[in-house]
Amino acid sequence: MSGMVFDVVIIGSGPGGYVTAIRAAQLGLKTAIIEREFLGGICSNWGCIPTKALLRSAEIYHYLTHAKDFGLSADNASFEFGAVIKRSRAVANRMNGGVDFLLKKNKVSVIWGDAVLETAGEIIVKQSKTPAPKDALGPGSYQAKHIILATGARPRILPGLEPDKKLVWTYVEAMNPDTLPKSLLVVGSGAIGMEFASFYRTMGVAVTVVEVLPQILPVEDAEIAAVARKQFEKQGIKIISGAKVTKLDRKDNSVTATIEDGKGGGVQVVTVDRVLSAVGVTGNVEGLGLERLGAKIERGAIVTDGFGKTNVRGIYAIGDVAGPPMLAHKAEHEGVVCVEAIKGQHPHPIDKRMIPGCTYCFPQIASIGLTEQAAKERGHDIRVGRFPFAGNGKAVALGDDQGMVKTIFDKATGQLLGAHLVGPEVTELIHGFAVAMKLETTEEELMHTIFPHPTLSEALKESVLDAYGRVLNF
Amino acid sequence: MNVLMPQLGETVAEGKITKWFKSVGDVVQAGDLLFEIETDKTSMEVPAVEDGTLTDIHLQVGAVAPVGAVVAMISANGVSGTATAGSAASPSGAKTANKDPNLEAALSGYGAMPTEGPQAPSRGSLVAPSPTQGALDPFFEVRTPARNYGPARLSGGTLITPLARRLADEKGVDLGALTGSGGRGRIVAADVMAAASSAAVHRGQLVPAESKSNIVALYQDVEFEEVPLSGMRSTIARRLVDAKQTIPHFYLSADIRVDALLELRKQANDAALRTGEPAYKLSVNDLIIKGLGAALQRVPAANAVWAGDRILRFKRSDIGVAVSVDDGLFTPVIRDVDRKSPSHISFEMKELAARARAKKLLPAQYTGGVSAISNLGMYGTRQFTAIINPPHSSILAVGAVERRPTEGPHGRPVFASMMSVTLSCDHRVIDGALGARLLETLRAVLEDPIAMVV
Repeated sequence: MSGMVFDVVIIGSGPGGYVTAIRAAQLGLKTAIIEREFLGGICSNWGCIPTKALLRSAEIYHYLTHAKDFGLSADNASFEFGAVIKRSRAVANRMNGGVDFLLKKNKVSVIWGDAVLETAGEIIVKQSKTPAPKDALGPGSYQAKHIILATGARPRILPGLEPDKKLVWTYVEAMNPDTLPKSLLVVGSGAIGMEFASFYRTMGVAVTVVEVLPQILPVEDAEIAAVARKQFEKQGIKIISGAKVTKLDRKDNSVTATIEDGKGGGVQVVTVDRVLSAVGVTGNVEGLGLERLGAKIERGAIVTDGFGKTNVRGIYAIGDVAGPPMLAHKAEHEGVVCVEAIKGQHPHPIDKRMIPGCTYCFPQIASIGLTEQAAKERGHDIRVGRFPFAGNGKAVALGDDQGMVKTIFDKATGQLLGAHLVGPEVTELIHGFAVAMKLETTEEELMHTIFPHPTLSEALKESVLDAYGRVLNF
Repeated sequence: MNVLMPQLGETVAEGKITKWFKSVGDVVQAGDLLFEIETDKTSMEVPAVEDGTLTDIHLQVGAVAPVGAVVAMISANGVSGTATAGSAASPSGAKTANKDPNLEAALSGYGAMPTEGPQAPSRGSLVAPSPTQGALDPFFEVRTPARNYGPARLSGGTLITPLARRLADEKGVDLGALTGSGGRGRIVAADVMAAASSAAVHRGQLVPAESKSNIVALYQDVEFEEVPLSGMRSTIARRLVDAKQTIPHFYLSADIRVDALLELRKQANDAALRTGEPAYKLSVNDLIIKGLGAALQRVPAANAVWAGDRILRFKRSDIGVAVSVDDGLFTPVIRDVDRKSPSHISFEMKELAARARAKKLLPAQYTGGVSAISNLGMYGTRQFTAIINPPHSSILAVGAVERRPTEGPHGRPVFASMMSVTLSCDHRVIDGALGARLLETLRAVLEDPIAMVV
């Protein structure tokens, strides 16, 4: 069906791309999406969703091994690693099928292959390595009034730490290993690094994490990161921060890593079965023909305005390829704003201060807005509230009362500048603060909102009360 | 406890102390008058809400301060006068002065509790705490509707986020002048910040700063006296610029023969005189007020005002009457005109005019209304047009009663008492034909006035 003309063509069917396509179709735009590998992209297939499946297995295993704490007995709890992985893949496949269904339902055409921009209005699609699904359009030339790049990102590669798929992994291998290693070195303590560290540690693997910065989870509030670190160390994860992996010596079935203290002091050598390189991701900007069209690229990301527009007329970018934070929900919203603007509506540009971030390790971490340090650096006179889950009845009943909720307010205006959580199910709690921030509530409205008892959410309100010295249950 | 500058109306931002009834060291009881304030709309005596000793007066006579500013300090029974801010608000606290001051202050936010303390005073008549930031301590106090940064919904229906309300208060941004960029036109913080950075929308700033100095420069060689703007003058300027710019005015004039009206007035006043002690003395204006009320009842579509996204049509007719005072004017409103007798209206009008001249009108006496009357007949003005006083949808400009020649029986000229009136209409509510019908009805009512008094 070469030569077809669309209003909007989206390149990449990850969470940003397929949501953008659905929204475009809802707005009555003739829409197509180009994918070369998996519908649903990394998120459904190799990212967000399958890792949550793995972590769920780990969580249940953890409860089984701690059944006694709850007055239960589950002697000889064990697992079959292959089956855990199999479940995770089954979850991924189901989500991937879901994307296919949603695109069909919304009458979005799927074009299968590698896309290259010929001009600002024309895309050449070539045969890709992965076979096309049924009903997909094939290679050829397609016309589009608006082209939205949603090509995502891939693991960043550091010299010396090049993944080899066998001994040195990226998240893809970490999600689908042949066997469970006995020991694992995780390089990088961001969300991806800590989630896998948590998973493998719970499954009984000896885990070492190396972080180049002094603080693990570097984007999080320092106090929250410190609370999390204590928990990780209690679980037996060895954390070496302010240090660098300078050398990997790959043997037959093990790797010897040289780790240097950042201050040029101590050097330690550890030998592990596997290494996970989790030093961040970088945008997929190459091979699209962007250089030829003169699209502006900075630090591995396409430069856009608040509505996804690039400097080339008719070309837009959303999601990871348009720069950090590289989160699926940020990509989705950028896509929605982008097509609404294309349609001539007047959406607000995305406000990056209001993008929640979640890390699904044990304990969970969730945050939105400014950290305490960032708020101070921006000259805010602040009030800070803290509430420990040890003071929350539901958390105690769950047997999961470690962690805290921290809130940061502007003293003068009562604006909620940031919220930072570590502890039980906090990734399911952070949206409360996201809504509050979006609606521009101040501390007063939050203090007058009724939270249900007994729930973990009460800790949110208590933290707000604490910012004004009015905490009740601690 | 702190005595704060009270909030006297929705839009009043500051007040001027004009008199102190008490001096430092005086023992005061709840209910004793403390001081008198004047705002751009009214003046008012402010009573103490608690027993104690007046230990400090922060604002002397002549001082102007924003609503919520600390005016004075009263300490309960000789205790040092540094109690918690905001406890002044406590209507229920009046009888608990000897109790734990923290507890008392904490209770204050909940307003009057029916089981204790004196009857809650009506809003605006008592010391209301500050809407300005910093004055409220969230540890002890909570905000109630009476002590807010303003409503979450403007009269036109526009919604405002809590943060935007607070920023607007802090930055002095007039929310009514903003267009919201949020969902359904909601005003969000970004809109307020954008407005705050553009000088023209700042509260009370009528002319951009640069053009102010330009105007002064034009008259450099001329001798002049600079008259500082009073609160009232600023308000008049702002409101009328706003009214003339936003309300699509059109004007309808008519000549009304008032011989019968004058005769009726004479008979009524003569009748009152015959009782010895006259109970009333009707003016022509009293009868015009009554007549406009009757006309609005007969043309109900005109008995309505514009409310941004809808029209509010009323059952009763409330009519404002412009009263000239020394340095400006007030428009007190007579309610339910149609159901009041001319003598009742006359009595009420005298009362309101006296209060207006003394600047003692209460907010409830000058807000609302559907139409208004401006009468310059006593100055001999024959005919003029008036600017509608928002939120009204019309105003009647009344000229002098004159003997004018008209065509009499058999084509012969005769002299008749004539009065020219001009009705200004808000075209958003009243179309030309509707306005003409209202005016024609008014003419009919006033030319055959006996019907409106029986």
